[in-house]
Amino acid sequence: MTHIPISVTVDGTVYDVEVEPRRLLVHFLREDIGRVGTVVGCDTSNCGACTVLLDGKSVKSCSVLAVQADGHAVLTVQGLAEGEHKWHPVQEAFKECHGLQCGYCTPGMVMAAVDLLQENPNPSEEEIREGLEGNLCRCTGYHNIVKSVEYAAELMGGKS
Amino acid sequence: MTETLTDANANPVGRPLRRKEDARLLHGQTNWTDNIQLPGTLHMAILRSPMAHARITNLDVTPALKRPHVVAAFTAKDLGDLNGSVPCVWPVTDDIQMPGFPALAVDKVRHVGDCVAVVLATDKYAAADALDAIEVDYEPLPAVIDMEAAIKQGSTAVHDAADGSHGTNVCYEFPLKPQGDGAFDAAVKAAGDDVVVVKRRFINQRVIAGYMEPRAVVASPMGMSNEMTIWSATQIPHVLRVLLALVTGLPENSLRVIAPDVGGGFGGKLQLYREEILAVQIARHLGRPVKWTETRSEDMVASHHGRDQIQDIEIASTKDGQIIGLKVDLIANMGAYLQIITPGIPLLGMFMYPAIYKMPAYEFNCVGVFTNTTPTDAIRGAGRPEATYAIERIMDELAAELDMDPMQLREKNWITHEEFPYTTVAGLTYDTGNYEAATAKAMDLFGYDALRAEQEQRRASGDPVQLGIGISTFTEMCGLAPSRTLGALKYVAGGWEHCTIRALPTGKIELITGTSPHGQGHETAWSQIAASILGVPVDDIEVVHSDTGRAPYGMDTYGSRSLAVGGQAIKKAAERLVEKAKVIAAHQLECSVDDLEFIQGAFRVKGDPAKSQPLAAVAFEAFTAHNLPDGVEPTLQAEATVDPDDFSYPHGTHLCAIEVDTETGKSKIRSYVAVDDVGIQVNPLIVEGQVHGGLACGIGQALYEGVEYDSDGNLLTASFADYLIPSAADLPSFTTDRTVTPSSTNPLGTKGVGEAGAIASPPAIINAIVDALRPMGVTDVKMPATPENVWRAIQAGQGGAQ
Ligand code: FES
Ligand code: FES
Repeated sequence: MTHIPISVTVDGTVYDVEVEPRRLLVHFLREDIGRVGTVVGCDTSNCGACTVLLDGKSVKSCSVLAVQADGHAVLTVQGLAEGEHKWHPVQEAFKECHGLQCGYCTPGMVMAAVDLLQENPNPSEEEIREGLEGNLCRCTGYHNIVKSVEYAAELMGGKS
Repeated sequence: MTETLTDANANPVGRPLRRKEDARLLHGQTNWTDNIQLPGTLHMAILRSPMAHARITNLDVTPALKRPHVVAAFTAKDLGDLNGSVPCVWPVTDDIQMPGFPALAVDKVRHVGDCVAVVLATDKYAAADALDAIEVDYEPLPAVIDMEAAIKQGSTAVHDAADGSHGTNVCYEFPLKPQGDGAFDAAVKAAGDDVVVVKRRFINQRVIAGYMEPRAVVASPMGMSNEMTIWSATQIPHVLRVLLALVTGLPENSLRVIAPDVGGGFGGKLQLYREEILAVQIARHLGRPVKWTETRSEDMVASHHGRDQIQDIEIASTKDGQIIGLKVDLIANMGAYLQIITPGIPLLGMFMYPAIYKMPAYEFNCVGVFTNTTPTDAIRGAGRPEATYAIERIMDELAAELDMDPMQLREKNWITHEEFPYTTVAGLTYDTGNYEAATAKAMDLFGYDALRAEQEQRRASGDPVQLGIGISTFTEMCGLAPSRTLGALKYVAGGWEHCTIRALPTGKIELITGTSPHGQGHETAWSQIAASILGVPVDDIEVVHSDTGRAPYGMDTYGSRSLAVGGQAIKKAAERLVEKAKVIAAHQLECSVDDLEFIQGAFRVKGDPAKSQPLAAVAFEAFTAHNLPDGVEPTLQAEATVDPDDFSYPHGTHLCAIEVDTETGKSKIRSYVAVDDVGIQVNPLIVEGQVHGGLACGIGQALYEGVEYDSDGNLLTASFADYLIPSAADLPSFTTDRTVTPSSTNPLGTKGVGEAGAIASPPAIINAIVDALRPMGVTDVKMPATPENVWRAIQAGQGGAQ
């Protein structure tokens, strides 16, 4: 199959590579450039484990082709913190509120939460639950994920 | 909010410390099996049967070999002896039927998803593409799907008999039929006129584990030797190593199995899977690393399912509600083959049907049945959720029959806290418990009386939205398990656990455990236990696990055993380490061992606090060995392997209020209160998380989830689009609390917690829905209680056809 050159910025670094036109963004991230922090949980775009921000908006990277990201910027969970000691408030909140167990849904859940709080800095419990509907977690029962997002909103100044 | 240990004296056990694991996981600094990319790797893709039951009449993989990047392709015939058979280690009866389970199907396929052939390519996409080129023809055979039809005379057999003649689909029959007073019928007869008997059939539907990380395996042979490293997304690296050695014939001492980061298991990764055997055998054969990561669609057909029982339950009581006896008749679906402990799962339930209740008579019978479906095995709770569902459901049915409050009926029959230790009619001895205390707390948090009053009101006003209250006063047996008990049950392994603790010369502690966490927070909790004994900071302890090269002994993580059993080993090893260090410290401080006390990580001479020696200094002395007392060996480490005396018996009271729209059948959980008694809590934050996750899993089974096949054996729920794992929007927040009755079967006083929520919650939910609808003639609602199933139950209750 012919390969197509693309240039994608991932977590601040520009990658110029050639990919098959059918290559999924998530496979490009994981297998071509080694950004394995973003994971795959399904093959029907239902689980959200692969969620990243594409030009600041959350997308399921298993339902975007790598070629569609050409010329765009991807932010993954690996690029969220500003250095080791400056975690994103959502990351801080997930740790504080025990919003993760096995951590497999976490990269997607955190990115979805970042996007949710961008859109709605002061969400109600119901808005959080609705907003994260596309991200499945089997470990936590979501109770502490909801708490984490509420606490992150507080840390980010949305809630008092 | 953050709980940190500022007070050096503080005992870290019992504190909600934030987890050590999280920093890495929250930054994507993870090591999932699928992350591993070794040079020269071949990606394995598997051709799976699209048919539930068929003869393979033609199979040719050579066209696939011509596809780009393809290096090899195999059928069962090509693999010959390398095509190992998946083992079952729990032959529950002497005459159990244990058919072979070849990794690649030989001649016949027996369920949709059965493995037919494999392709190995240097590129993952190319391997998957090349499956299309394989030529295969099937001659369909009748599919055996319905369990009751399967055991009828003359049914098509999933497996031929051992001698090649027409087989039976009965895998085994396990009766527990006491004679005399313990017999159900005798007990009912003895009660004369003063007896009420309630009989129900409950269906505990088939579910999946639903871990978010798909299964994956990488097998990497080392040059020309037999040595092989295997990374697998498994719950059981230690057990896997033994079984892989037995199945493949590779020497056990040349296999290293590593479970790196594992994204959930819930029993679904407590398995030796055929894909693991294939990866190892083909890597060995080709001398190259072989990697396989399943797609979710593969997982749905190929990873074991769970539950799937038809339960005929009969309960008898006196007219004032004293239970006389219980009779349980099960038909349990094995699926097409036996996996690691498939036949034993319903028997784990056998012990739990009498639950927390006193009764003189109990009978049990289980028929295990083969069908042309994905094999079943352990899923969170494994046998106990099924038992708890049946007993807690029928308690409500009995209460309705007796016109008693369901909680009163339970109180009248449960073991009171003064009666512990109590040996149940099923033969277990519950060491401790306090059902009154847990119930009182739950009732209080729930507001039982107010909700009953509201229910009355809604009933009286004919509100289309009715309110129901569901109770589940559950217990379970976990902490698998005393090895002797397992042996008596014909389980071919032990239930011990191991820990080695090493005090390193630089002052750090290495804690090597045989448990294998995949979300449970062992790194944090185990550090808390060891720190409480060694007096060192929690952060100075590194927990090593899930790698048979670095943590050679262990029985891994399942059955809520890790803390209940593994915790004991940690405690014992830590105490032994202190004992050994004390001898060295006494020598250093020139005093007798008896003059020393060990406080906050240092040995101090009693009455002379200035004279002390921290553990780290002792460890350094043990390392240099310049001045050790005679007879003391260098290095400071201690180990312990502990076999538990008994199971652990967590219990709790779960209460649920549900609003049911009688016009649409839609149910909405209004409140859910779970008061669990899991004994001493090492880390209450983690305990609570485990309860939440268990609840979600059980509520998933009660309201949303269910594996479905059509009559030809096609899986109708073959993806997350059709099999509905609950999302955040589907679940409420929970009210959780604990009572603490320390377990006496282990020195830490802990009990298991991982499965409790999943065991307790399904009956609480369904009891609530049935309670809401009982005035409409409803006596049962099929799980999952989707609007459709609820609506049908209402129609049936009102005399329409279900
Ligand atoms: S991997 Fe499941 S939605 Fe992308
Ligand atoms: S933390 Fe395990 S799936 Fe969410």
